[in-house]
Amino acid sequence: MKMNVRGSARSLVKFLNEGRNPYIVSSVLLAIGTVLVYVSPRSIPAFLLFAVAASLAYFLDMKKWVKLGLAVLIAVVIVPILGARNIFYLEVIFQISVFAALALGLNIVVGFSGLLNFGYMAFYAVGAYLWGFFGSQQPYLLQAIPGTAPPGTRFFLAPDWFYLFIFLGVIVAAIVGLVMGLPVLRVRGDYLAIITLGCGEIIRQLANNLDKPVNLTNGPQGITPIQRPTLPKELLAFFNRLFEPLVGHEVTGSQFYDIMFYLIAVIVVVVVIVVTARLEDSKIGRAWAAIREDELAATAMGIPANRLKLGAFAVGASFAGAMGVLFAASRTFVSPESFTFLQSVGVLTMVILGGIGSISGVIIGAAVVTILNLQVLQSFSLFLAQLRQSDAVIPLINFHWKDLSNQIDPSKYQRLLFGIILILMMIYRPAGILPAARRKRELKAGSEGIAADEDAPEEASAGAKGSDHE
Amino acid sequence: MSRPLGFRTLREIVLPLGRMAVFVVGAGAVFSALMFVLALLSRGSGADKLLISTQGVNIVTYTLVNLPQVLIDGVTLGFVYAAIALGYTMVYGVLEFINFAHSEIFAIGAFAGVEFLIAMDKLGVLKSAGPMGSYLYLTMALVISMAAAGGIAMLIERTAYRPLRDAPRLVPLISAIGVSFALQDVIRLVESLTTGQFYRVIPTFGNFDARLPLFSFQTGQSSTLVDIQIKSIVVIGAAVLMLVLLNFIVNATRIGKAIRSVAQDRNTAALMGIGVNAIISFTFLLGGALGGAAGLLYALKFTRIDPFVGFMPGIKAFTAAVLGGIGNLTGALLGGIILGMLESFAGAYLGTFTMGAFGSEYKDIIAFLVLIVFIIFRPSGLLGEQVAQKA
Repeated sequence: MKMNVRGSARSLVKFLNEGRNPYIVSSVLLAIGTVLVYVSPRSIPAFLLFAVAASLAYFLDMKKWVKLGLAVLIAVVIVPILGARNIFYLEVIFQISVFAALALGLNIVVGFSGLLNFGYMAFYAVGAYLWGFFGSQQPYLLQAIPGTAPPGTRFFLAPDWFYLFIFLGVIVAAIVGLVMGLPVLRVRGDYLAIITLGCGEIIRQLANNLDKPVNLTNGPQGITPIQRPTLPKELLAFFNRLFEPLVGHEVTGSQFYDIMFYLIAVIVVVVVIVVTARLEDSKIGRAWAAIREDELAATAMGIPANRLKLGAFAVGASFAGAMGVLFAASRTFVSPESFTFLQSVGVLTMVILGGIGSISGVIIGAAVVTILNLQVLQSFSLFLAQLRQSDAVIPLINFHWKDLSNQIDPSKYQRLLFGIILILMMIYRPAGILPAARRKRELKAGSEGIAADEDAPEEASAGAKGSDHE
Repeated sequence: MSRPLGFRTLREIVLPLGRMAVFVVGAGAVFSALMFVLALLSRGSGADKLLISTQGVNIVTYTLVNLPQVLIDGVTLGFVYAAIALGYTMVYGVLEFINFAHSEIFAIGAFAGVEFLIAMDKLGVLKSAGPMGSYLYLTMALVISMAAAGGIAMLIERTAYRPLRDAPRLVPLISAIGVSFALQDVIRLVESLTTGQFYRVIPTFGNFDARLPLFSFQTGQSSTLVDIQIKSIVVIGAAVLMLVLLNFIVNATRIGKAIRSVAQDRNTAALMGIGVNAIISFTFLLGGALGGAAGLLYALKFTRIDPFVGFMPGIKAFTAAVLGGIGNLTGALLGGIILGMLESFAGAYLGTFTMGAFGSEYKDIIAFLVLIVFIIFRPSGLLGEQVAQKA
């Protein structure tokens, strides 16, 4: 049965990749998806179909320039138009981009160099608080009690400094990453994971408590308002002239902000993807892989393991720093709540679900988890809320839906989602949905090795255990 | 066989009691002395002047007056941490992995016991129970906590850890994080399904909130009364009893010997005819039961619990285990007591000594710093042997 499913899946893939089929399939699916989302902007199945069509285009065998063209078309034309019709999609895609960049950054640390980092959100926090501090009135409020800004306080910097601060965020987060990575010089494995957890918590607690003696972070209330870059009026007019008939209404300034932040996020993600891909194929990437597989052997081959591990921390942190700046500007608000251990584990879940070390896998992981989080869980919450207001009854046990507790709100059960994904992936598919090419080969070799040793299981497990102790 | 057993039984009861006494007195003395020196050094500082102007005492008197109460709180907290830390350390000793879900086992224990007490309270038997009756109910609640937490711990080991036993080291750790998160929300779901709320408050019963005056002393015109809450005594007493029992099981029984042998070398233990899986399950049962009991004691002390209650005590207990030397039972005890003292001292004095610039909210940061510093500079802890680092 299992072979049958696998066999038919394989023949389906083969059919899809034959001749001109991929071009036809992806353009038709994309067109259907686009039209569906355009017609019914609130339907989730339509959006999911659109998302699947967009990602299918990536996996089919097509000429590179066709794929690139499709990607640009989707990113620059289709999504802004659809997003202008339903801002919520822009929010979802913006968050997917943000988390994709975060997951790619964490992937450099966890996937490429094999160091577990449970405090990754700290770097995001550094970026967010960097712009949160300089992009708000906070520098003038150092002596003020949190929440008591005197009226008429000026903003510290002009809003367009934002663009510079994306780069500053990269630098500052990289420096913090270097500092937080210092323990790798002495510690490995699970102890390192716990240390990073501790560092992440310390940074969050500092953000929570540094409203005295000097009011740097405004404490648990967080900093607000934070400035956004000025709206490019000409671009808005241009967009409206071009797409107003398609969108159906004039796009206002605040809606265009969402489109703008979405576009900036996409640009950052593209840069991150290019950097990650180039790093993976470079000498540094191979050295990271070598360290991950066997640090002792790598060092013996002359790889400066310590420097490279610190480098992995810094590079991974820098992506989060840039996204942090973007996040602070788009929300106009930062507070310690956004940078908890839960969020760090969420990003880790994306990496692990998608496939440790695999770039496309990690992006898919970020998309899946974000959509689950923002759309599936939330629509389930809405559904329950509707049930609660109705007079519906569960027949056999005679349970009135309106008696259901208000506390049962699936959108608040992210932990359960992350937890179950992590456990199931670790047990059944530790390499993720789309395993990295290298890891795939390793796993294949590993399972063949076990099959060969099947008549000596004791020995095999002893060997596995022994290799853990190196 | 009979005579040595009797001797050993006695030894394994007296020895840990002695150790506890030494640790408590030693840690208390060291911390008090350090605090006293610090107070002497900061005479004439801004903090000193502030105290004199607001409360009319100088900083040295202030430190000394508060000392007994701080010590009592520290010891109470320390024993709770020690009971949790033992769960981490036992699992680490046997499997060499950090059971991240132990903090939720702690929370489950707390919820099971508190739910039992709430149910008894609803029946009305709790209020009418006499002084002896209230202790009886507390004991029953403790047993329920231990059974629930121990059972869940075994279940987790069976489902989420055993399939990964020979996987690379980080794989079970990630699985454990997953279990931890999933359990938090499962507790939350169960609790909010039954009532509208996901937190619980332990019912007030018995005389646990009463304060037992210990002694009073004179400082200048005012006299200070030092007292101890009955529940602190209960917490310390129960924790001591369980720690002694655990020590006895591990060091003086056949099954304890099996646990130690599995911890030393799993494969050789299997060759000697020890059922390794059963022993590992039993280890989780023991550690989980202790953690669950600690959960109820925590609930008794701090009254309000929610599904996320385990995270901070869990991290701190893990810190305690590392501090004492992970894998070492005595070390976990020592680490727990030191960390409890540290937290209670930081909570009481940090705000005063820094004139409110850094309040007691920094006690968590201090615990994390202790953890980081120890892992980096002395990963084997205070009592652990120097072990080769594992990748």
